[in-house]
Amino acid sequence: MKEARDVTKLQGSDSKAGNFISTRNACKLCAPLGASIVFRGIEGCIPLIHGSQGCSTYIRRYVISHFKEPIDIASSNFSESSAIFGGGDNLKKALDNVGRQYRPEVIGIATTCLSETIGDDVALYLNQYKKEKGGEPIPVLVHASTPSYRGTHMEGYHEAIRAVVEALAEGGPRARHLNLIPGFLSSEDLRHLKEILSAFSTPFTMLPDYSETLDGESWSEYQKLSTGGTTKQAITGMGRAVATIHLGKSAAGPNNAAALLHEKFGVEADYLSIPIGIRQTDLFMDLLSGISGVPVPSRYRRERGRLVDSYIDGHKYVFGKRAVIYGETDFVVSMASFLDEIGVVPVLCATGARTGRFRELLSEAITHRHDEVSVFEESDFAGILDAGRAMAPDIILGSSKGYRLSRELGIPLVRVGFPIHDRIGGQRLLHVGYRGTQQLFDRVVNGLIEHAQTGSAIGYSYI
Amino acid sequence: MIEILKEREQQVYEKGESRFDLACEKPSLAGSVSQRACVFCGSRVVLYPIADALHLVHGPVGCAAYTWDIRGSVSSGPELHRMSFSTDLSEREVIYGGEKKLYAALTELIEAYKPRAAFVYATCIVGLIGDDVQAVCARVEAEQAIPVIPVHSEGFRGSKKDGYRAACEALFRLVGKDDETPLSPRSINILGDFNLAGETWIIKEYYRRMGVETASCITGDGRVGEIGRSHRASLNVVQCSGSMTYLAQLMKKTYHIPFKRVSYFGIEDTAEALYTVARHFKDAQVLRNTEELVASEVRRIYPEVERFRTSLEGKKAAVYVGGSFKAFSLVKALRHLGIKTVVVGSQTGNKEDYDYLGEICDPGTVIVDDTNPLELSRFMTEKDVDLLIGGVKERPIAYKMGVAFCDHNHERKIALAGFEGMVNFSREVYSSTMSPVWQFSPARIGREARTAVDADVESTKGHGAARC
Ligand code: SF4
Repeated sequence: MKEARDVTKLQGSDSKAGNFISTRNACKLCAPLGASIVFRGIEGCIPLIHGSQGCSTYIRRYVISHFKEPIDIASSNFSESSAIFGGGDNLKKALDNVGRQYRPEVIGIATTCLSETIGDDVALYLNQYKKEKGGEPIPVLVHASTPSYRGTHMEGYHEAIRAVVEALAEGGPRARHLNLIPGFLSSEDLRHLKEILSAFSTPFTMLPDYSETLDGESWSEYQKLSTGGTTKQAITGMGRAVATIHLGKSAAGPNNAAALLHEKFGVEADYLSIPIGIRQTDLFMDLLSGISGVPVPSRYRRERGRLVDSYIDGHKYVFGKRAVIYGETDFVVSMASFLDEIGVVPVLCATGARTGRFRELLSEAITHRHDEVSVFEESDFAGILDAGRAMAPDIILGSSKGYRLSRELGIPLVRVGFPIHDRIGGQRLLHVGYRGTQQLFDRVVNGLIEHAQTGSAIGYSYI
Repeated sequence: MIEILKEREQQVYEKGESRFDLACEKPSLAGSVSQRACVFCGSRVVLYPIADALHLVHGPVGCAAYTWDIRGSVSSGPELHRMSFSTDLSEREVIYGGEKKLYAALTELIEAYKPRAAFVYATCIVGLIGDDVQAVCARVEAEQAIPVIPVHSEGFRGSKKDGYRAACEALFRLVGKDDETPLSPRSINILGDFNLAGETWIIKEYYRRMGVETASCITGDGRVGEIGRSHRASLNVVQCSGSMTYLAQLMKKTYHIPFKRVSYFGIEDTAEALYTVARHFKDAQVLRNTEELVASEVRRIYPEVERFRTSLEGKKAAVYVGGSFKAFSLVKALRHLGIKTVVVGSQTGNKEDYDYLGEICDPGTVIVDDTNPLELSRFMTEKDVDLLIGGVKERPIAYKMGVAFCDHNHERKIALAGFEGMVNFSREVYSSTMSPVWQFSPARIGREARTAVDADVESTKGHGAARC
């Protein structure tokens, strides 16, 4: 076990896969995208991107292709003169118009590389705007600083959560109440997390919650902003909670929402990996049980039991198999932990981000075959392909963007994470908890079996 | 009811109302959730299908990530266009300038991928930090001996249309580079067809059957070399007029090549396009070939289209697309299917375009420029449409409203151009409109209930009238 903690045993560098200066098929997205997802996870909130028209349209298109839901993101629509004289007027006009058309409760403003570079003082504009409106009721204005040259969509995601908490959370007498910051997961994951938390009979606030807004029902009438999301009131109460559970350790640091709640209001902050796989889910359940004083509900103990049973049923098909995984840092860490516990070697763990903690977190999560695991930060898909070729992997786990890898390497791709835009139902994929792990496990095993089956000269109908 | 923003009121018109003077070609209103993209997007989509060129996005990562393999443009050979290269600027470069990184990135990529030319897209941030993209390109061009072309596509410098223009300027630098390949006197350039799902191949085959040689396709299944010889063709046939008319104009001025605007969507427009070209050559044989081609193709596809029409007759459609020329063809093509267009608009139409739309549409049709999801949904409700034709961003709007949808943007995987395209289009429209799933849509159920009530009211009225 001690050896397993030895970081030097994980191969690769903290730099890119390959030595290219340019990014060739990026394995990351830009910060305002992450912020927009968070803003849509708040009830009655519309995202407004402060920059050129293109950013918001591109981001909308991208998000729509995964969630297959309308997602309206406004833009302050910079023009040449805003780029020269500042975007204040455009921002205020945008606030007016979006306020009039959507009647939102909250407007989530995310800056772009453009507005950041010209040094737009958004906080100042917002103050001016509030003053100009006098006593008129206006939506709550939340501002996240998300220049795309600083970090990926995940930095944007966490920055927006922090900004929302900063704008809304209030202190007061402590309530028996939990905060959950879930990480960038699917809508189904968020629903499942809520279900688990409810089972511990402790009131909680999950931020963001786009489980309904980005995976809603069919409508009887057109809705300006789809219903659902964390309510303003619930966010206000986050400062009075007992603890904040923050899923995803890479974002741990002085600047995230959990740290802010701790510093400002004394709310305890607990950082856990995203609960994928038995080990990580156990930790999550134990923590919930510890905080709430409620034992792990029997249904989850049974789900865990079934999962163990199926691990055993399927172990031979996966043992020693080699996997490539890529995606958001925390997601890859938890995936690696899951693969490691079923005997699959995550030979290549790649992310497009640079957190500096990826390797450390992976070596915490992986306990076997360290000499075979390569770790790449700031990676791109061309680099992953180049590196992957030499590693003789059997399976790939990641977003739709790995389709080309799978085609070129001739091995199955199990679609997980974001974006899934070449399939229906990416937003309904379950990854977390025992149940999510169960689905993942079945898909991984069956992916390998199917591949063996199609590759077999005579074919077979029993395994 | 959804409010139309005051500043936008002039951009919406209902045919039959007093004066027709639609405001257009304006920058999108701040805060209005426009469906439009930016200058960079305009350039990127036009140049995208040039398959043996390197496309390097100089800017932060998002712009490149969102446009990775975004088009359904297929290539018969190299596929370099499907890669997304970016200088992925970081904070350091934003402060100290990105020229060094651009130079290094370009050099390494050209050495690794050996493209025939390179396009360097300057995104919004590059315009701000003031990188001399031109100088870097010139230097690499001299060192690597291939054309290295800057594309001035800074996002905030206008709209998608300005990006088209920047793309045309970039393309024009390739035109005239090849004087070797012999061309027939009856040769054309196909401009503004992007070979989505192989559409350029369909069109090219028609021209071949007519006895007309295609010198180049700009930019469908594009090749640097083909574009290089395009200045010696006798005619430019421009389909996506919004994007390529400017290049045609440049070529007319410099190389005296006349151009014709056409569309390959729908039976009428496809036939008219082919006849336009045939007439241009004033060659009896070509004209005869064309007549034969059109007659046999129409004979072939008509029964199929008719079959769909039987089911679709009487339905109502909304059309919202990027370019207005496509909207014209769609209105006509839908008419062939017995479908009436009751809402129509585009992201980039100009005054002339909207005037023409006004002419071909029935009274009561809503015509709209640069709309947004709220407005669009409002018009769709008011006009009670059965079908929306648009792109990816419009699809969920339709589905949530219980309205059938047909994708007519640049990502589609089914060829909709030419005669067989009409059959595919009809099938697409049919398979969404007639799907049994709508019976479960709450919006559709509500709507049908309302229609039933209206019908009831109508029939009681009828009785009343009879009794009088
Ligand atoms: S990278 Fe910057 S300019 Fe490009 S889409 Fe993202 S925010 Fe907009």
